[in-house]
Amino acid sequence: MNAASNLQQVIMSGQPAVTAELGPPMSADGTEIIHKAHLLKGFCDAANITDCQTAVVRISSIAGAVLALREGLEPVMQMTCRDRNRIAIQADLLGAHALGLRNCLCIAGDHQKFSAAGRLKGHPGAKNVYDVDTCQLVGILKKMRDEGTQQGGDKLEVAPKFFIGASWTPGGEPLDFRVVNLQKKVAAGADFIQTQGIFDVEIFKAQMKEITKLGLHERTAILGGVIVPRSAMMLKYMDSSVAGVSVPPALIERMIKAREAAGDDKKKAKEFQEEEGIRIAVELIHQVLEIPGIKGVHIQAIEWESAMAKIVQMAGLYPRPVFT
Amino acid sequence: MIVGTQKPLDEIWDMVKDFKDTLVLGCNTCVAVCHAGGDKEAETISSLLKIRAQMENRDLTVSHSAIMRQCEPEYFEPVMQELRQHDLVLSTACGVGVNYLSARIGNIPVYPAVNTSFYGGVQEAGLFVELCAGCGNCIINLTGGICPIARCAKTLMNGPCGGTNKGKCEISDEVDCAWFLIVERMKQLGTLEKLSEIQPPRNWSTARDGGPRKISIEHLRQYEKQEQEKSELPGGNA
Repeated sequence: MNAASNLQQVIMSGQPAVTAELGPPMSADGTEIIHKAHLLKGFCDAANITDCQTAVVRISSIAGAVLALREGLEPVMQMTCRDRNRIAIQADLLGAHALGLRNCLCIAGDHQKFSAAGRLKGHPGAKNVYDVDTCQLVGILKKMRDEGTQQGGDKLEVAPKFFIGASWTPGGEPLDFRVVNLQKKVAAGADFIQTQGIFDVEIFKAQMKEITKLGLHERTAILGGVIVPRSAMMLKYMDSSVAGVSVPPALIERMIKAREAAGDDKKKAKEFQEEEGIRIAVELIHQVLEIPGIKGVHIQAIEWESAMAKIVQMAGLYPRPVFT
Repeated sequence: MIVGTQKPLDEIWDMVKDFKDTLVLGCNTCVAVCHAGGDKEAETISSLLKIRAQMENRDLTVSHSAIMRQCEPEYFEPVMQELRQHDLVLSTACGVGVNYLSARIGNIPVYPAVNTSFYGGVQEAGLFVELCAGCGNCIINLTGGICPIARCAKTLMNGPCGGTNKGKCEISDEVDCAWFLIVERMKQLGTLEKLSEIQPPRNWSTARDGGPRKISIEHLRQYEKQEQEKSELPGGNA
């Protein structure tokens, strides 16, 4: 129950860490989480259980994380600032720790407007909270863990010992300020960082150069984000519409070629693009891991958890280290 | 100033249609500047309601009037008797004016004709933008004069978040990212390094979260009280 985080142990061992992502369902049935946990188990050191991503109501991150943990998959619970004030956040952190969770990623959370951006109705009229922001949330976790104190100053009988994570968008605007952005999260107490998906490795390299100059890579473990592309359309969408993500035209071109190679056969077009997507992901993993200061990769096979095993094996990152 | 927008006429009609005699009362300060509730708008609403009453064969009396401010007692003194002659006062003031008048008028309802939107400024003729949230604890000296509470969709104190896209907010490409503006402004001012400091969790009790707020200027209240007492003495001005 009080074992340290497996993710932390992998990072401490100096081996490249692998995290994955598991999206909970819009359902009161946890079977899907259990199924996905089995797809990911053994192919990552920990998996993020997203906290109502795109502001869509799903099984909560904490509940999903406990379900995954029971299956033997180490979870990274996520905590957005969008849905809870500091009272609810700290209460949930205490509960999550009591349930055996050891990793927590602090994020602002997508605005509730996103929930209705696609085909869903969502809850665009919801009230958001943002009592604290990501930096402040990281600070709260650190204060609870290291000082045994709540944000308000009251003592905790037993402090929650979380391995504290935060996200980072290295390619976001203003580009030069993103370095300061990370610096603040590290100063606040982030033990590990998972970055937004990287397609443009050159931009990321340049940002990492600044990060290493400041020595931030020694104070936090930066895991480069790799989103597994599934189609040319997805890449185009990510390039044009996802904040802080730019996709080099050559990658989009490769996916278009893969699609065209299938001619009019739609099933094959999907197959070819998925195969090419996995190849691209593996290449990106290798390129990211070569960048000085990088401690691992955060692989996001969004709603495609079944691809993880192949990707991790092809990337030469299998088997994952085991600690007893 | 307080910026508002006129409610849709259908919604206003539903409020007033069952009252025999409605007075549309304009407010000639903030809501007049934003063309939502000054004397002109009160007159327009009154005309539209009369036309609607005719179309629906309802025998309603609708008239209009306006005062300078619906949030201070002195402006009501000359008109309060007149207001009480009607069955309903439809106020085109901001929510402050509607509350204020409602508490003082007696047994007559006061309904709102305007949706009070925000504290803002005039960006250009006909365009009003929110610039302050009235949080009760101003920190924009730290953010280049740009308020992250009013202008960041997530009220971030240590922004920007990952949602900045081409200088715009993730909620809309028509909304500027406040933190993008803050960073650029701090660069211009040569004070960017100030943004490296982590701003701690805020004390929101000075904002609406602390409950309804009151400001009491004691010396002014004391003075008014003394003057009142003096005037009540024999030989005073009463």
